[in-house]
Amino acid sequence: MSNDSSQSPPDRRLLIAFAWLWVGAPLVYGLYELVHKATQLFTG
Amino acid sequence: MSPPVAPAGWSRWLVPPAALAVHLSIGQAYAWSVFKPPLESALGLSGTQSALPFQLGIVMLGLSAAFGGTLVERNGPRWAMTVALICFSSGFLLSSLGAWTEQYWLIVLGYGFVGGIGLGIGYISPVSTLIKWFPDRPGMATGIAIMGFGGGALIASPWSAQMLESFGTDSSGIALAFLVHGLAYAVFMSLGVLLVRVPRTEKPVEGAPSALQGPQVSARNAVRTPQFWLLWIVLCMNVTAGIGILEKAAPMITDFFADTSMSVSASAAAGFVALLSAANMAGRIGWSSTSDLIGRKNIYRVYLGVGAVMYALIALFGDSSKPLFVLCAFVILSFYGGGFATIPAYLKDLFGTYEVGAIHGRLLTAWSTAGVLGPLIVNWIADRQEDAGKHGSALYGVSFLIMIGLLVVGFVANELVRPVDARHHIPAPRKAADVERQQSESA
Repeated sequence: MSNDSSQSPPDRRLLIAFAWLWVGAPLVYGLYELVHKATQLFTG
Repeated sequence: MSPPVAPAGWSRWLVPPAALAVHLSIGQAYAWSVFKPPLESALGLSGTQSALPFQLGIVMLGLSAAFGGTLVERNGPRWAMTVALICFSSGFLLSSLGAWTEQYWLIVLGYGFVGGIGLGIGYISPVSTLIKWFPDRPGMATGIAIMGFGGGALIASPWSAQMLESFGTDSSGIALAFLVHGLAYAVFMSLGVLLVRVPRTEKPVEGAPSALQGPQVSARNAVRTPQFWLLWIVLCMNVTAGIGILEKAAPMITDFFADTSMSVSASAAAGFVALLSAANMAGRIGWSSTSDLIGRKNIYRVYLGVGAVMYALIALFGDSSKPLFVLCAFVILSFYGGGFATIPAYLKDLFGTYEVGAIHGRLLTAWSTAGVLGPLIVNWIADRQEDAGKHGSALYGVSFLIMIGLLVVGFVANELVRPVDARHHIPAPRKAADVERQQSESA
């Protein structure tokens, strides 16, 4: 049993979360700026 | 350089952020206009001169994608992303030196030539790898990456503007802004270089089809098939139709409602341009993912057929209803983005995954052609109509009819696409030998 668990692949959930945050954060900033500007079509 | 093979248990969900790290960076190219006015005043340039780095960059994108595709396939995505990182960042560093010393040719050489190579190699770098990791959802996978190219400008545009505001718009301020861009993008793209992996097997997911399923065609053979050139026409027509609106979006909406009670202010026109950027981006991920469900040929029927109907609606009723005009333009731009993002999966369906990245690179020459064709048609016709004393929506009527015609040509080309003839396929033994070679190289 212990041999099986030592061969199981490492948990990469933290790495996945970090990688998506790395690219997601600037994208959210860009989208926020875009939505802010696009609303001018209806208010400007 | 052998491609980096994923260790056991490597998640395929680490590959899209790797691709996005590169595409969100190189998408900065579409925000070049932020640097134009400061460069013009600091270095005494004309508008045409200040556009040179961007124009050369786009030309180099097409050339390096077309001619570098085979190298990308051979050396793998990490090599390609490293080249893209070095070229794109060095381009900014050279531009920084150029701005500091007030030598404009260095900015053209740096951003346009060196950076442009980074754009082309970076654009195609993750395509083949994503398709191999997501044989069950190739449209969605490439849609995520290519959406990043659209998203890059959304990030860079306000970011660069804020930086210029802080550093100043004289030559030393511009130089500092270029320097920070070069360094920041190098760090940001390094995530892609570090994370990207090719799958260990041709079947990376249980229950999904094999990446090597179906016919496999080399890039050299692909360009000799009618299918390649039919898709070239499809992409070129779809992009031309999108650029037809994108190129003159702000003046177009202003002209359309100039003689009505619904006149559009400058800030509202800027909002319209932003809305079209959102449509472009949403179409890349949304329509490309939809193509996994309804098929590639059907989705291009929608892009080209419904796109033609949207143009007809704008031409006939666009000046009587602002919501209708905005809605039709939104749909057309979503199809424009969708067309870009779906083409790699269409190529994979027809030519297999063997050299799909290289084939995609060659097909991007259709984009370069459309980049010239679209603005040329709309601007030239609008100028001629203005000379003839027309104004308002009448300036664009003929352009829209031409766009409808081009979309019909694209629709017919899509209808003519058939499976590739078996004589172009790679013989099975060679396919097997290649797989063996790849495995031995990665061992």
